[in-house]
Amino acid sequence: MSLTTEQVLRIAHLARIEVSEPEALTTQAHLNGIFALIEQMQAVDTRGIEPMAHAQDLGQRLRDDVVSEPDRRAAFQAVAPETEAGLYLVPKVIE
Amino acid sequence: MNQWEVVIGIETHAQLSSVSKIFSGASTAFGAAPNTQACAVDLALPGVLPVLNRKAVECAIRFGLAIGAQVAPKSVFARKNYFYPDLPKGYQISQFELPVVQGGAITVAVGSGDKAYEKTVNLTRAHLEEDAGKSLHEDFHGKSGIDLNRAGTPLLEIVTEPDMRSSDEAVAYARALHALVRWIGICDGNMQEGSFRCDANVSVRRPGAPYGTRREIKNLNSFRFLKEAIDFEVQWQINEIEEGRAIQQATVLFDPDSGETRMMRSKEDAHDYRYFPDPDLLPLLIPADWIDRVRGELPELPNQKRQRFIAQFGLSAYDATTLTASQEIAAYFEAVVGIAGAANAKPCANWVMVDLAARLNKEGREIGESPVSAAQLGGLIQRIADNTISNNIAKKVFEALWNGEGASADEVIEKQGLRQITDSGAIAALVDEVIAANPGNVAEYRAGKEKAFNALVGQVMKAAKGKANPQQVNALLKEKLAG
Repeated sequence: MSLTTEQVLRIAHLARIEVSEPEALTTQAHLNGIFALIEQMQAVDTRGIEPMAHAQDLGQRLRDDVVSEPDRRAAFQAVAPETEAGLYLVPKVIE
Repeated sequence: MNQWEVVIGIETHAQLSSVSKIFSGASTAFGAAPNTQACAVDLALPGVLPVLNRKAVECAIRFGLAIGAQVAPKSVFARKNYFYPDLPKGYQISQFELPVVQGGAITVAVGSGDKAYEKTVNLTRAHLEEDAGKSLHEDFHGKSGIDLNRAGTPLLEIVTEPDMRSSDEAVAYARALHALVRWIGICDGNMQEGSFRCDANVSVRRPGAPYGTRREIKNLNSFRFLKEAIDFEVQWQINEIEEGRAIQQATVLFDPDSGETRMMRSKEDAHDYRYFPDPDLLPLLIPADWIDRVRGELPELPNQKRQRFIAQFGLSAYDATTLTASQEIAAYFEAVVGIAGAANAKPCANWVMVDLAARLNKEGREIGESPVSAAQLGGLIQRIADNTISNNIAKKVFEALWNGEGASADEVIEKQGLRQITDSGAIAALVDEVIAANPGNVAEYRAGKEKAFNALVGQVMKAAKGKANPQQVNALLKEKLAG
């Protein structure tokens, strides 16, 4: 499997990463290099082996349902570019 | 419209009743000042890691068991990637390939009376995920305000198969699901606060044909809107097809003011979420003993209770459905029957569903806040059953109990002298008086006017201050007029 330049540009758009045409070509080559590695790995027979969702074969630890976080809005908003009435302000977005 | 079949599937987001968020220790309480319940994890500050809330998992297990689904011994959290300012991480933690609840079904009662029928809606899955924050687009000098208090609130997204065939079935399902999540205590069901919101996938087809192209109506937060939106959308799709236009897959919003659905985004700009397993979270393992413990703690479920009410008390399916609409109503009804006796189950059902419900409705109260306790109502129904009072007088006693004019029906009946007159001698005396005082009506009745009889009954009841036993009055009056 290999990616077209259009696919690279689409992925870049979805990830909101600005990529110029020359960069797209370089990135395409890098990504296709990775796909080549994956293809080599796919030669290994993995029949009967359950896929893992995580590199570590462990289960998720759980926490008790307890409120442990105090209100630290003032500290968090001190580093925000713009706030008003307790809200973070961002460029207008309406879907 | 007969030649079109409607196909509906529903996705519901139920907010789970934990006090802290699904992956952080921030509070989930509703109504706090903006961003005072958004901690570093909810804000996606660098270096933070999610830690899963045990309560959220337990809620999912309860739900899975309540609908007869498989609770997955191993499920996986995935990242759903999209950019929006109220989603600080740039992805939502959800479940994709391996959800925690798989399969299951809910059987619901649709319609009432002769047209009532049962419908089983199969569920595809239910998965755990986090909610996003809230964007406020009002006037902030041309900017949007972001409140992240809701970010990270635990949700269970419940997805059905495309099994529903009308808006009535869709509403019956949504109501039953709403009742169920409250019943098993995993969601408060508050639709105004957004704790329970539905998306409806709607398409139409010729019966027997493959599924048509669907459009998804987003964020319906009342049962009425759910019905109106589906009805409008179905008619719109039929018109489009009949006028030769194909339906395009799209996401639409319902505008309650116009009663119309309008397109939010088409398939072309539909999101490509690029799901992948979240490397910050290990697989969720649910051992069998945990599932067994939760099963042991489940209450009798609405459908089981409904079946039992039908079998044990001889109630109609409609009555049994109404009385199991919530655990509070069911408990109240059972307490009333406990006092009035199973033989009086039908009048108990009527009193709870009609008289009490109307009175509560009038004052906007919940059954848990009823001034008339189940014990008081049960006592009242006993006095109707043993002929101490008539149904009409019972309504007076009920009103007195509602207003706190006595601790029990017996006390009100004694204090206000409402005991029914069943002494035939006393009633006969009243009947004689009325016959003597109303020669006109008597003559009319004898001339064949049935109406005149009712007027005479009314006069007797009036003379008895409503306390004479109506059957005895009728019988004695007939007897004396004939004689």
